Amino acid sequence: MLMPKPDSSIIARRAEIIERLRQIVPGEGVIAEQDEMRVYESDGLSAYRQMPMIVVLPEKTEQVAEILAYCHGEGIKVVPRGAGTSLSGGALPLADAVLLGLGKFNRVLDVDFKNRAVVTQPGVTNLGITHAVQHDGFYYAPDPSSQIACSIGGNIAENSGGVHCLKYGLTTNNVLGIEFVTIEGEVMRIGGKHLDSEGYDLLGLMTGSEGLLGVVTEVTVRILKKPSTARALLVGFASSEEAGACVAQVIGAGIIPGGMEMMDNPAINAAEDFVGTGYPRDAAALLIVELDGPEVEVNHLIGRVREVAEANGATSLRVSENEAERDAFWAGRKSAFPAVGRITPDYMCMDGTIPRKMLPEILRRISALSEKHEMRVANVFHAGDGNLHPLILFDANQPGQLETAETFGGDILKACVELGGVLTGEHGVGIEKRDLMGEMFTEVDLNQQQRVKCAFDPKNLLNPGKVFPQLHRCAELGRMHIHKGQMPFPDIPRF
Amino acid sequence: MASIFKPTDEAQVLDAVAWAISAEAPLEVLGRASKRGLGRPFQADHTLDLSGLSGINFYEPEELVLSAKPATPRAEIEVVLAERGQMLAFEPIDTGPLFGLPADQGSIGGTFACNLSGPRRIKMGAARDHLLGFNAVSGRGEAFKSGGRVVKNVTGYDLSKLMTGSFGTLAAVTELTFKVLPAPEKTYTVLLLGLDDGAATRAMAAAMNSVHEVAGAAHLPAGISGRSSVPYVANAGGAITALRLEGFGPSVEQRCRELKDELAGFGAIEELHSRNSVKFWAEVRDAVYLAEPADRLIWRLSVPPSAGQGVVAALAMGRDVEVFYDWSGGLIWLSLPPSDDAEHIAVRAVVAPSGGHATLVRAPANIRAAVPVFQPQPAPLAALSARVKDSFDPRRVLNPGRMVAGI
Repeated sequence: MLMPKPDSSIIARRAEIIERLRQIVPGEGVIAEQDEMRVYESDGLSAYRQMPMIVVLPEKTEQVAEILAYCHGEGIKVVPRGAGTSLSGGALPLADAVLLGLGKFNRVLDVDFKNRAVVTQPGVTNLGITHAVQHDGFYYAPDPSSQIACSIGGNIAENSGGVHCLKYGLTTNNVLGIEFVTIEGEVMRIGGKHLDSEGYDLLGLMTGSEGLLGVVTEVTVRILKKPSTARALLVGFASSEEAGACVAQVIGAGIIPGGMEMMDNPAINAAEDFVGTGYPRDAAALLIVELDGPEVEVNHLIGRVREVAEANGATSLRVSENEAERDAFWAGRKSAFPAVGRITPDYMCMDGTIPRKMLPEILRRISALSEKHEMRVANVFHAGDGNLHPLILFDANQPGQLETAETFGGDILKACVELGGVLTGEHGVGIEKRDLMGEMFTEVDLNQQQRVKCAFDPKNLLNPGKVFPQLHRCAELGRMHIHKGQMPFPDIPRF
Repeated sequence: MASIFKPTDEAQVLDAVAWAISAEAPLEVLGRASKRGLGRPFQADHTLDLSGLSGINFYEPEELVLSAKPATPRAEIEVVLAERGQMLAFEPIDTGPLFGLPADQGSIGGTFACNLSGPRRIKMGAARDHLLGFNAVSGRGEAFKSGGRVVKNVTGYDLSKLMTGSFGTLAAVTELTFKVLPAPEKTYTVLLLGLDDGAATRAMAAAMNSVHEVAGAAHLPAGISGRSSVPYVANAGGAITALRLEGFGPSVEQRCRELKDELAGFGAIEELHSRNSVKFWAEVRDAVYLAEPADRLIWRLSVPPSAGQGVVAALAMGRDVEVFYDWSGGLIWLSLPPSDDAEHIAVRAVVAPSGGHATLVRAPANIRAAVPVFQPQPAPLAALSARVKDSFDPRRVLNPGRMVAGI
């Protein structure tokens, strides 16, 4: 993975930059020792490592603004970092960049039940928000699997999803407002406890922008009342086609489950070996369908989903009768990654999305690619929304295997795009999928996105090298070819 | 000479925009022209009329997705969806009644361009939460796309959000793909009778904070409720506070019983069943209660729900206001007597402490030209928004001035 060439003239000024940052953030807030910076050298995509030039951990918005204004003025690159759980390398440091950690922004500022909103600092964990409101029966809906560790600021950067976003939406659908600081050091507030602020929807744009547009310093999210009941069905199928048809027909019947997950046979067996909660080992595909809401509704829908599953040839079907049983149904799915980790030295987790109806087709293609690359794969899906997590099994100590796994992964994502889907459903582009962007977008598409980046960060200092395969200077992107006076009147119907 | 370009495909849209750039001639971008009264009036000699780009590209009910060209009538899409038991869950507003125009004239492109979302906004999100992807021609004269046809997608910036609510000032959209959802089998409405604004706010908050999945919470003060065409509401003889429950039959019935029990302390309670509920919530959605008299000025205020009643109390002081609430008190539809300036300074001063915003929805063109129709932004944010505009439309040929003067 080629990163922007480090600017040696910036690195040469390291001591001076440290001194200036220490003026802005006194005390322990600036980390410059190699040993202490080591924990920041990678994020959740641990195959990639790079020591940062300097780490700074501000505690106040004003400090963030001052740091960014200074870096902007001096032409110093900045890589923002939340909890560092990105699976796409979004927080990978650069050798000539200041790593700006938001870990000290760790307070919940305001719990407002009357308006069903929580105002929090960005370093608070996803689950931390729920912890702040669960005593009154509320929760924060998006639930990425890293929710115990990942920060809400990082969730905004990545527009994080989770198992329950089929019904409750992604981060973008649950954030009401943010305060953020531009690279120039301007503090902006958009949204709040009210809905749908006017003007361009910069809140929606910032969400999922992977730290390239600004640094979020405060977040307002909406909270929901926890559903009174949740029950799950665990359904085995002899083929992925039948499981896929079941998924489509559940939704076709007007039912939006709280979660609808699918695992293929290798994933089922890895999970069963690991936690042993009674998954059907011989099933080709397993569905977990969770219904949540008022008890009467849940019980009604359990019946309807059961009918659909049976009509599609379910080979085994269990319905959770209590919370312990529901937890047991989920235990295998939730431990799928570590379970697969036990049967292979290394694995690579992919994250494409396809239209739901393409589930059997993508499975066929993944299977063919598995044979072609002579590499095993286990599949875990958010089937309800067509988001796939194929886990490619390999051994990084064997020469060439990492490269083969990356090629295999790239082939899977290309297949997703071919089938009408996208490169990444919830993990982000980061550096991992950066060079595949051309599979989905034309140069014109990508240039337009980069022009939006230029509106926020004209010197391209904020998290450069991520998301976009080619860096263009803003002046170059802004150029227009105008055929002044030569453009004939358009030859289209006019009145 | 004023021209109306009426392209029938994307290539012709490209030609028209390229010409506008070279001739330095701004274009007014129109779908079905039903919402020209909304937003700032502005001068453009030439029109880019997208009405020739109409029709559904594909609709896959089991995928919960529909793709259409921008001028496809919204009503036509809603009929097609209803045939398969589905809907646009953000409950788009039909602005026709408020502007004295026939109902159901709007396009799907205009619906997203204005991000106008109805009562279900508080549960299911706004129009902006439902657009999955689009194709468009930017003000640079380039055809580009963003997003896709799936919900789970974080590939690149979410330009669908930016496009929604941009009033055609960034790009001329040639294709939109959006999420659709199952329509409820049954809709009931719990009506609380005779509450003042304060009690109504508390009742709506209690309902929203319950486990009963309330999908609409509105309050019509005395004097407004009598304008409803739903007899139970019109004949209530005073204020009504309405709470919508929708979904599968057995669930709606039980939640209705339980919610009524929980709210018994607020006083007299009635309920509306499906037919009347649908009629009632369409009235709330379209703010029909304020349509007449047609010369009154109409504002739409968005504030934190708990702040709504205070805002209304402050506005009512010494003023002839007509008001009703939606979004659990967070959306205030306000009607004021005719004036030269729509009292914009006073209205915005009252809204400001809540952090919310005020939109001048209906006023004569000369007032909308002179008064900021949309909430003015702090200077740094306004400058950033202008740079975003320029990143799509540097020569300002697409609807310049539709949202903010000169931009």
